[in-house]
Amino acid sequence: MINEIISMNGYGAYVWSAFSFTLISFVTLYFATKLQLSKEQKRFASKFGSLNVEKTKTARSQNINREILSNTSKV
Amino acid sequence: MFKYFEPNKIFAITSRSPKYILFLFIIVLTIGLTEALILSPEDYKQSDAVRIMYVHVPAAWISLGIFSSLALLSLGSFVFKNKNFALISKSLAPSGFIFNIIALVTGSIWGKPTWGTWWAWDARITSMLILALFYGMYLLAWRIYEDKEQAIKVTSMIAILGVINVPIIKYSVDWWNTLHQPPSINVLSNNSIHMSMLIPLCIMTAAFALFSLLIFLMKYNTELIKVKNKGLDRL
Repeated sequence: MINEIISMNGYGAYVWSAFSFTLISFVTLYFATKLQLSKEQKRFASKFGSLNVEKTKTARSQNINREILSNTSKV
Repeated sequence: MFKYFEPNKIFAITSRSPKYILFLFIIVLTIGLTEALILSPEDYKQSDAVRIMYVHVPAAWISLGIFSSLALLSLGSFVFKNKNFALISKSLAPSGFIFNIIALVTGSIWGKPTWGTWWAWDARITSMLILALFYGMYLLAWRIYEDKEQAIKVTSMIAILGVINVPIIKYSVDWWNTLHQPPSINVLSNNSIHMSMLIPLCIMTAAFALFSLLIFLMKYNTELIKVKNKGLDRL
């Protein structure tokens, strides 16, 4: 059974390479995108941390900024 | 109507949904791979080589769908002067490009056992390669132009020009004599594909669509945070 799945009637090399290429592309794109996202989140958190009290208050008044910060703490 | 879809309002949803979509994608992909590699029957002519269809066809469909969306959103950003459309297009493009490359590579791998060649300058394959070039130009334009307004203009023009190629890809197998087979699935008439193959194909298409949604949401969140980073500089 396993040998049949691996050999695919002699087409195993073609079938498995096509599926492998697809899955490797998915994994690469996923991690590259995730890395970009966490980089931006960290940059945002560090910029936010360097703001003075008044600017922090202004920035915190926006929901989206609070949301980004809450997600950044989970990274 | 667009005010309900403003980034500030939907960020709470777009930032939380990727983990659920990733979970759903893994489940659907596992079912799809089991169906495609084990449960679905072999073809009477192509034998097991037909299984490549389960990655090749969904990848081609989704890359075409995403490029059509890019063109539509680009037109929308011109007409409605809505920058969010440009942000959505920019976030959609990477997964569209990857699916285009997957369709080309898996098509080439499928070509060797069925046609006896890795590549042919055939109408369908060449027009798909042209689409990959348009995707490449679109992504490159976002990197080259630092001025956002100019980047939106150039990328919109690339998307609108490139969408002319989409019907050419679709009808290339009807208009020209090609190595590529004619479509087996037709929404308006009877399909020439058996249900035992159509079901895994639909499951794999759903998995690929979920993956493109996942990448889109992650990219969109990245772009929004970039905008907000610039906003903090201006405070």
